[in-house]
Amino acid sequence: MDLRKAEEKFFQGLMILAFMIIFVSLLLILVDIVVKGLPAMNLAMVTQAPKGGYYLGKEGGVLNAIVGSLTLAGGATVIALLLALPVALYLNVYLKKGSSVATFIRFSLDVLWGVPSIVYGAFGFTIMLFFGLRASLLGGIIAVALLIFPIMIRAMDESLKMIPQELLETSYSLGSTRLEISLKVIVRQGLSGILTAILIAFGRGIGDAASVLFTAGFSDYISFNLLRPVATLPLAIFFQLGTPFPEVRSRAYASSLILTVIIIVISVATRLLTKKFRHYVIK
Amino acid sequence: MTCKTHICVRNLDVYYGKEQALKNITVNIPEKKITVIIGPSGCGKTTLLKSFNRLIDLTDGVRYTGEILVDNENILDPKIELTAIRKKMGLLSQRPCPLPMSIYDNVAYGPRIHGIKKKKQLDSIVEYHLKEVGLWEEVEKRLKEPASMLSVGQQQRLCFARGLAVEPEIILGDEPTSALDPMSSKRIEEKFLELKSKYTIVVVTHILRQAKRLADYVLFLYFGELIEHGPAAQIFENPQQELTREYMKGIIS
Repeated sequence: MDLRKAEEKFFQGLMILAFMIIFVSLLLILVDIVVKGLPAMNLAMVTQAPKGGYYLGKEGGVLNAIVGSLTLAGGATVIALLLALPVALYLNVYLKKGSSVATFIRFSLDVLWGVPSIVYGAFGFTIMLFFGLRASLLGGIIAVALLIFPIMIRAMDESLKMIPQELLETSYSLGSTRLEISLKVIVRQGLSGILTAILIAFGRGIGDAASVLFTAGFSDYISFNLLRPVATLPLAIFFQLGTPFPEVRSRAYASSLILTVIIIVISVATRLLTKKFRHYVIK
Repeated sequence: MTCKTHICVRNLDVYYGKEQALKNITVNIPEKKITVIIGPSGCGKTTLLKSFNRLIDLTDGVRYTGEILVDNENILDPKIELTAIRKKMGLLSQRPCPLPMSIYDNVAYGPRIHGIKKKKQLDSIVEYHLKEVGLWEEVEKRLKEPASMLSVGQQQRLCFARGLAVEPEIILGDEPTSALDPMSSKRIEEKFLELKSKYTIVVVTHILRQAKRLADYVLFLYFGELIEHGPAAQIFENPQQELTREYMKGIIS
């Protein structure tokens, strides 16, 4: 009896330890960013493009990278969504449960998920060369869309899988086509899961540096031109950290702080949004 | 029996993978009567019911041979228009399964997908069918609320109304009262008895007393085989087969 109790305590201890390691790491990262970034943080950081002195600017801010990251990740998320939603619906409505085709598709997507983002960058780069494009917003959007595509599908898939089979049967029994079931029933029931998947993919896309390194390039001005290079926050952080000047390095932490805040704001907004959309969901 | 046949099953075999779920079923299901399928759990009652609206197609690895004729059309024909078959059959499943939308939209869902667009027409369809299942008074003031807010018994009646709103000819009930409290079960049973003048009704149940209350015609299935079928009075009072007698007495279940 005592041994069983000790076992129980031991594993409970392990769980708490694991949680603490993760929680403290997260806390340390946040504290580090805030402590080092806050001194360099000012209104100009988020309202101006870089200017004056040093490489990447001594004055001004990183508005070019903020705007660039939002447009790039936003564009990539829209493109990935247009491809991911049909695939997720195909897996869950058009294919039968346990079909071998579905298993194969899911396996392929998991492999794609594991491919390092620099590989997507390199792959995007070859595609760009093939079409004669140079480093540009468009190139970055394509590379990031490829990167987040498998993540988005698998996240949607995991939530759509939870939809009870009876809901499908009921909808079929009323004489629905598979398209009607997909769009009128499954998308409604799974809306919060779909939104979460979009958010996860967007967060992954906006934070990734390697995939945009060759494909999007960098610029020190704000640009929405699809065929011109565009600045992104992860690369701004990467370049700023790489300089020997302490002033510029502290700006890297301020940029990290901005990127983190963007992701937190989007997460919270999505949570609130999904709550609203759960109104009709069948539990 | 002198009445017309509505569903005509001929030599139906159904397999799930290597396992045979139904063995050479041949039976005529009478029109505008309540036919009850009885038998122990796992004997193929639900499989037979779901082959009528081809919901068995959703199971991976299912195969079937034979014929099921509805209005002289073999619905097992691979070329058949499935949505049309299913529109003919309203299904009431074991547990109520409302769609993730409002009470109104649940009932209007079927008519909408089958082409009715006008708000006025939809309004009257929704009202008519909610009244038909005796739910109208309870939900009249909250049609826009999510269907999930209703009690389980109300949800099952909502599902019933939703099924009737596509104007089926046949109602299929798959142990439709098994998740309900006695009062709600009673209401559903009463509706079946009321509606049999307009619809052909096929109900699966494992509750013998319910079968006796509802049935005009009875099918007794035992491990995939149709042991006996006939008018309710004959099956319940004077069964011909030993197995049927034992089942009625509760020796096997």
